[in-house]
Amino acid sequence: MEALEILFTASFWVAAIRIASPLIFATMGELICERAGVLNLGIEGIMTAGAFAGWFTVYLGGDLWTGVLVAALVGMTLGLLHSVLTVPLGLSQHVVGIGITMLATSLTYYFYRLALPEVTSPPKIVPFEPWAVPGLSKLPIVGEALFNQTPLTYMAFATVIVVAWALYRTPLGLAVRAVGENPSAVEAQGISVTIIRTGAVMAGSALMAIGGAFLTMSAFNSFFFNMINGRGWVCIALVVFGSWRPGKALIGAILFAAFDAYQIRLQQLSGGIVPYQIFLMLPYALSILALIVVARRATYPKALMVPYQKGER
Amino acid sequence: MSTNIPALRLTSITKRFGPLTANDTISFDVNQGEVIALLGENGAGKTTLMNILFGHYVADEGSVEVFGQTLPPGDPKAALAAGVGMVHQHFTLADNMTVLDNIALGTQSLFRPRLDRTAAKTKIARLAQDFGLSVKPDALVADLSVGERQRVEILKALYRDARVLILDEPTAVLTPTETDALFKTLKLLVAKGLSIIFISHKLHEVMAASDRVLVLRAGKLSGERQTAATNRRELAELMVGREITPPAVPTVPLGPVLFELSSVSTARQAHGTPLKHADLILHGGEITGIAGVSGNGQAALAGLIAGTETPSAGTVTVNGNTISGWSPRAALAVGIARVPEDRHSQGAVADMSVMENVIAERYRDSRFSRSGLLDWAAARKFTQSIIEDYNVKCPSPDARIRLLSGGNMQKLILGRALDPDPSVILANQPSRGLDVGAVAYVHQKLLEARSRGAAILLISEDLEELLALSDRIVVISEGHLSRPSARGELTVRQIGEMMAGHEAA
Amino acid sequence: MRLEPKPAPSLAASILYPVGAIFGTFIIAGLLVMAAGANPISVFGLVLKGAAGSQFAILETLTRATPLIFTGLAVAVAFRAKLWNIGAEAQFYIGATVTVILGTGALPLPAFILVPLLMIAALLCGALLLAGPAWLKIRFGVDEVVTTLLLNFIVLLFVSMLLEGVLKDPMSLGWPQSAKVMTEAQLPRIITGKRLHYGFVIAVALAIALWFVMKKTVLGYEMRAVGHNAGAARFLGMPVNGIVMKTALLSGGIAALGGFSEVAGLKGNLTLDLSPGFGYTGIVVAMLAMLNPIGVVFSAIFVAGIFVGAAAMSRAAGVPSYIADVIVATSLLTMVTAIMLSRYRVRWR
Repeated sequence: MEALEILFTASFWVAAIRIASPLIFATMGELICERAGVLNLGIEGIMTAGAFAGWFTVYLGGDLWTGVLVAALVGMTLGLLHSVLTVPLGLSQHVVGIGITMLATSLTYYFYRLALPEVTSPPKIVPFEPWAVPGLSKLPIVGEALFNQTPLTYMAFATVIVVAWALYRTPLGLAVRAVGENPSAVEAQGISVTIIRTGAVMAGSALMAIGGAFLTMSAFNSFFFNMINGRGWVCIALVVFGSWRPGKALIGAILFAAFDAYQIRLQQLSGGIVPYQIFLMLPYALSILALIVVARRATYPKALMVPYQKGER
Repeated sequence: MSTNIPALRLTSITKRFGPLTANDTISFDVNQGEVIALLGENGAGKTTLMNILFGHYVADEGSVEVFGQTLPPGDPKAALAAGVGMVHQHFTLADNMTVLDNIALGTQSLFRPRLDRTAAKTKIARLAQDFGLSVKPDALVADLSVGERQRVEILKALYRDARVLILDEPTAVLTPTETDALFKTLKLLVAKGLSIIFISHKLHEVMAASDRVLVLRAGKLSGERQTAATNRRELAELMVGREITPPAVPTVPLGPVLFELSSVSTARQAHGTPLKHADLILHGGEITGIAGVSGNGQAALAGLIAGTETPSAGTVTVNGNTISGWSPRAALAVGIARVPEDRHSQGAVADMSVMENVIAERYRDSRFSRSGLLDWAAARKFTQSIIEDYNVKCPSPDARIRLLSGGNMQKLILGRALDPDPSVILANQPSRGLDVGAVAYVHQKLLEARSRGAAILLISEDLEELLALSDRIVVISEGHLSRPSARGELTVRQIGEMMAGHEAA
Repeated sequence: MRLEPKPAPSLAASILYPVGAIFGTFIIAGLLVMAAGANPISVFGLVLKGAAGSQFAILETLTRATPLIFTGLAVAVAFRAKLWNIGAEAQFYIGATVTVILGTGALPLPAFILVPLLMIAALLCGALLLAGPAWLKIRFGVDEVVTTLLLNFIVLLFVSMLLEGVLKDPMSLGWPQSAKVMTEAQLPRIITGKRLHYGFVIAVALAIALWFVMKKTVLGYEMRAVGHNAGAARFLGMPVNGIVMKTALLSGGIAALGGFSEVAGLKGNLTLDLSPGFGYTGIVVAMLAMLNPIGVVFSAIFVAGIFVGAAAMSRAAGVPSYIADVIVATSLLTMVTAIMLSRYRVRWR
């Protein structure tokens, strides 16, 4: 009974939305890349780099929003590297993506150690504070969960709206979707496939990096090794689960986060009878399960993972 | 109607790919209101030339002018802006998007906050009316027929106010009826002042639809004729460089029934039409031709014979035995030879060697492997014999098969398929993309197999090829197979009607 | 720009480009070393010295290379058939776990029976672990990249659970580690008193065996065909699903053998830091070797040398040892680029 009551507490939903926020950013980022036909397995490393870059900027004295911007720029740079290798050169997106993750992660750790050679516990920053939306935050449960969060969480939700609008309502989004379905259709209409794909991967990578920065600047207040902890891979599963649609992916991210938050509470409730690792495994297992459930009927972008050469049909 | 400035002028275009010269100093003009046919066989350089014109490729030398303005090289956007429209042989449409979105793609500034679909819809409706090209703007491209997709492609060009329209092999996928409709549309477009280049290797279409013919051979312009002042034989000679003789079809006694489908259906696939209660009998010593517009169930029929498809209902009988546990390997085991439609995606593993490809269907036979170990010496010997017997031009059995020309690759596939003297042969588009010499070779080999008593199923989109080789013709339409008709029983027109889904008159 | 395949890559190009890739990697790493305020030449000198400057260094490098040969081979085999096994890390841990479960006294057998038995057990469990994602790929079309990646986390948590539970060494004072395996379960050292063990010999023998499998056997031929073009392989009558599954069993088993070797040969027990990412580094090892099994031995020694040398250098020069991870990741990206450029000509017009 107690296990069910958790679902009706405001603190549970506050936690769920907080856990969802970085996933939303990164899932939208991956979704943009994949919609343009590029699987970006650099996501895990780009999130790591973003988490460090945003936090470190603030640590050095920058303000929080500058930190977010720097994280985004770092993400874009890594995205540019990814797309140079996978788009004009057409290298395997699997191998390059894993390589980008390894490179971004190792560079982050290298710079972290360079900047803070001897520290054992990483220094803290003052993170984003929750900001209550006047009026709305007074609503029961919903107000607390949705309207008493940090500005970065509001930005995460706004990102979904912007991405959905951009993909379905703007000429640019049309080009991005078309390039993921049939690049030659885009080329034939006088638009450069390389530019669209590169732009999409850069924009997507910027969002992934902001997702990482959320962890160091909003959810927590310092940078730890391994802090992304597979969240990037989960986001890849969420994109599939959301059938490459921003709205469905948002629902997927929130469901996933709610499950994660629930698992933590259940863990406390179980009083150590069940090993805590079992609970920690559940989110990953759930991601695999979600993939199995949707894999059969998923209508993935036709040109996903297919490199394109000019004049080729 | 025409002005002094040509609509389009190509000046000494040259394009080399490594050692190959695909286009060699090609120059010609296209006047306003003129239909030009660019004739040439596969590999003559037609598509390369059009890709240069449209800016997909950059020529090594030469220039393209549209209404006196030189186009910057390698810039499709500039070509579009200058009024050059192109309808590619393989449509450049995104299937999961609507007709409207496909047409509007790239026509509005990318950084507008909102795509103006209303304006686009209005313009499409007006164009559709003006040119008699009816389309449903909100339909998904995936749901359209091939003919409708081609209309969308033409509309895409008109939407951008194209003044020169290039069509690459536009009739390859159309029924004769649809082809007629296309030619009517072209007449209408020309009457409105457009200039048209259409690329073809089919002589009768060139004669029917063009004002002037340019013939390309081995990358060079080999001739230019007013259509009214030439004939098919002259064009054929210009195209091939010698007279073409149709294959001689010897009389062969009819053999036993070697392959039979009775009331066979296949399961619905993601791509293509399934077969519906199909009956088909293949006799030894006979070539049965399958005529039809692509996508009407040919893939399912071919898959059924090749072993990649299994029947969901009905029975398949090979050499008198009803099959069960059907698979490519089972098909090979009962003596079916397969020449697949697509050499690159099915027939060969492009990045493996000639030798590895030649043994690919039989590597488990005891002659090539024992207890899990391959006998490469035996494989090499066999490959060399195929290379010799089938006149394959290839540097060595170890060369990657990707480096071979289409004709040589097809000879290897043919050699691989025909070497064990198969009783049933599936030849799916066996001459597609080959030059005349290679086509003749393929035909000769199929006829030899027929004389030997094999039953051959020939699937082709080229009606002339079908009529020349087939003892019987079966028309496939929406997954249904027609009653077979003997050689000469039906006219081309009647076959065309049946391909379009009408019952034989 | 566009890419045109070169008719036949010349021998010079196929050597020069990869060498250029390694050179480029060290230029990039050199810049990072300079950012740390150190002299790249002397730093790389220290790395070289730390990796190969003494008998101790060389043995240490070979010891470190041993698990990388296993994971590199596992990845090379899988990638050859385009089975994207990113889960060698998990399979490695499973192999180590099985070794500990069966090797700490459960089976009181003499070494000449127990060691092969443990190897077979590790092989089987690793094979089964990758069989799952392979089956999901075959049956439901689930991308194995994501499933194998996620399994890495699940397995590590599973190992953590065992180490805090049933496998916990009562003598470990609360530290999550298992008991040591019995002497009979251990692989002997090649030179007494040094750390290099017979796991290295097994790894090299396995590399040679896999080279033979790829070149001379039906299975190797089928795996290459499926990797290059699964559609054609299916049409040509190859049992593609079965081949993918066999590849998965082989790949997962090899990675798990690496876990066995590391426990039985070097560490003796299981801890949560048994592998500092050997599974992921195996991807680099395999790519640097262009998926050639014999090449994997050399690329594993190269990569191991970077890690061992960088650790030694870091103590002496004050440049973070993470430079090794940066070099390894960069070399992956430069190498795939170099291989591409050696096969294709870039035309800018």
